[in-house]
Amino acid sequence: MDIGIVRGLITVALLVLFIGVWVWSWSRKRKTDFEASSMLPLEDDRHMPYSENNKEQTS
Amino acid sequence: MDTQSSYNDKVVRQFTLVTILWGIVGMLVGIIIAAELIWPNLSMNISWLSFGRLRPLHTNAVIFAFGGSALMGTSYYVVQRTCHVRLAFDKLAAFTFWGWQAVIVLAAITLPLGITQSKEYAELEWPIDLLIAVVWVSYAIVFLTTIGRRKVKHIYVANWFYAAFIITIAVLHIFNNLAIPVTLFKSYSIYTGIVDGMMQWWYGHNAVGFFLTAGFLGMMYYFVPKQAKRPIYSYRLSVVHFWSLIAIYMWAGPHHLHYTSLPNWAQSIGMVFSIILLAPSWGGMINGIMTLTGAWHKLRTDPILKFMIVSLSFYGMSTFEGPMMAIKTVNALSHYTDWTIGHVHSGALGWVAMMTIGSLYCLIPRLYNKEGMYSTKLIDVHFWTSTIGVVLYAVSMWISGITQGLMWRAMNDDGTLTYSFIESLKFTYPYYGIRLLGGIVFFSGMLVMVYNVYMTIRQVKPQPVAVIQPA
Repeated sequence: MDIGIVRGLITVALLVLFIGVWVWSWSRKRKTDFEASSMLPLEDDRHMPYSENNKEQTS
Repeated sequence: MDTQSSYNDKVVRQFTLVTILWGIVGMLVGIIIAAELIWPNLSMNISWLSFGRLRPLHTNAVIFAFGGSALMGTSYYVVQRTCHVRLAFDKLAAFTFWGWQAVIVLAAITLPLGITQSKEYAELEWPIDLLIAVVWVSYAIVFLTTIGRRKVKHIYVANWFYAAFIITIAVLHIFNNLAIPVTLFKSYSIYTGIVDGMMQWWYGHNAVGFFLTAGFLGMMYYFVPKQAKRPIYSYRLSVVHFWSLIAIYMWAGPHHLHYTSLPNWAQSIGMVFSIILLAPSWGGMINGIMTLTGAWHKLRTDPILKFMIVSLSFYGMSTFEGPMMAIKTVNALSHYTDWTIGHVHSGALGWVAMMTIGSLYCLIPRLYNKEGMYSTKLIDVHFWTSTIGVVLYAVSMWISGITQGLMWRAMNDDGTLTYSFIESLKFTYPYYGIRLLGGIVFFSGMLVMVYNVYMTIRQVKPQPVAVIQPA
């Protein structure tokens, strides 16, 4: 096969892959998963063993 | 107390404290060499104090000692918290800390002695390179095994960025440093000519892309939501951001070799990919900044958030400037001038250092069972010194760099050069003074941080924190 056609096919494949990532991440199926994941950094603060006597030091 | 049911925060605390130490050391060396550019006699003819020896010490210290320790420490913290599991292999994790510190100390000894491979950002000689490879693979094993042991279904996006950074740096480091050792302190690269140049900048630009960008984006995706107390603006965008960023960065390296003996088509590929890179970079910046939607008032009272948002703004600015400078015609003006130095520092100080400092202020109280830092006022002082320092630095280097570029290529009608080199040198002097001032102002903020951190953690015996149980 001509090298130009190979290059063109690779470009098309990469473009399809890129659009595929968009479609995958915007699909409705992902929504609940992603919402749960996005809360992960916020979870552990509820479990922190903060000591009360440090409070007045934060001005 | 330190069992499987608690997090391994000891190694995080160690990395956090050395991050501040190496930040101070690396920036101080930066100030010294900035002064040497104004007063060359400052080195007093002592070879190991000369600019050529200290400059790699500065770059290695701020990138790999300061930035590296910050990334390793925060990644260990983030992966445990978002995977609901203790860090894998306590002893191997401890080895990554002590091994990395050994690398830093060896670099601090060998670079001033002039022991170097002469590859920018990969100066360290082969025995140290081997140690780095062993430490880095251990780091990858600890981090990836922890992800493997996770108790939650999904891998949080910050861990994707950290993992990409760890894996890519291993590959880049090993392949760029392939060399034939001659003696203990001397080796020769297996690459020659322009292949050597292309390998070097494939490594060099991806060190920017994966060490100074992907790694710190991991930090951003955890600590910005954490500090803003709200989830990332768009998780979907973060997925697209991740895959497009890592796919595109890999090809941008040739823009460091415009108008060299690198084939023209390779230069053009580097240029095109660099311009495309603007899209994922700004996607990430927007995602970070928009996390504050509905909470902008927090910026008035929270200097930690100010650090993060200004850091993201500098990220946006330097990822616009970078693609522009990668355009061949712009590069013809900017390359080899101080503009490049200004660009690097608006990224390194504005984005990397300010994101690190903000994240550390968020992290340190949590590591020492405190509600917050000792003084919020001093964080605000640090914020303003950092911001003013970066602005002075970047603006002085723009003026100096662009003028250098214009003077160097100005030609008379008969084809002779309008200016001699010494005339352009003379022009830069006042701007080198402003640059030095900017560096000192930024550095002074780091000293404020040391005091604030000391007052926060003194007399604290940190208690282990329990791993979150599945809800």
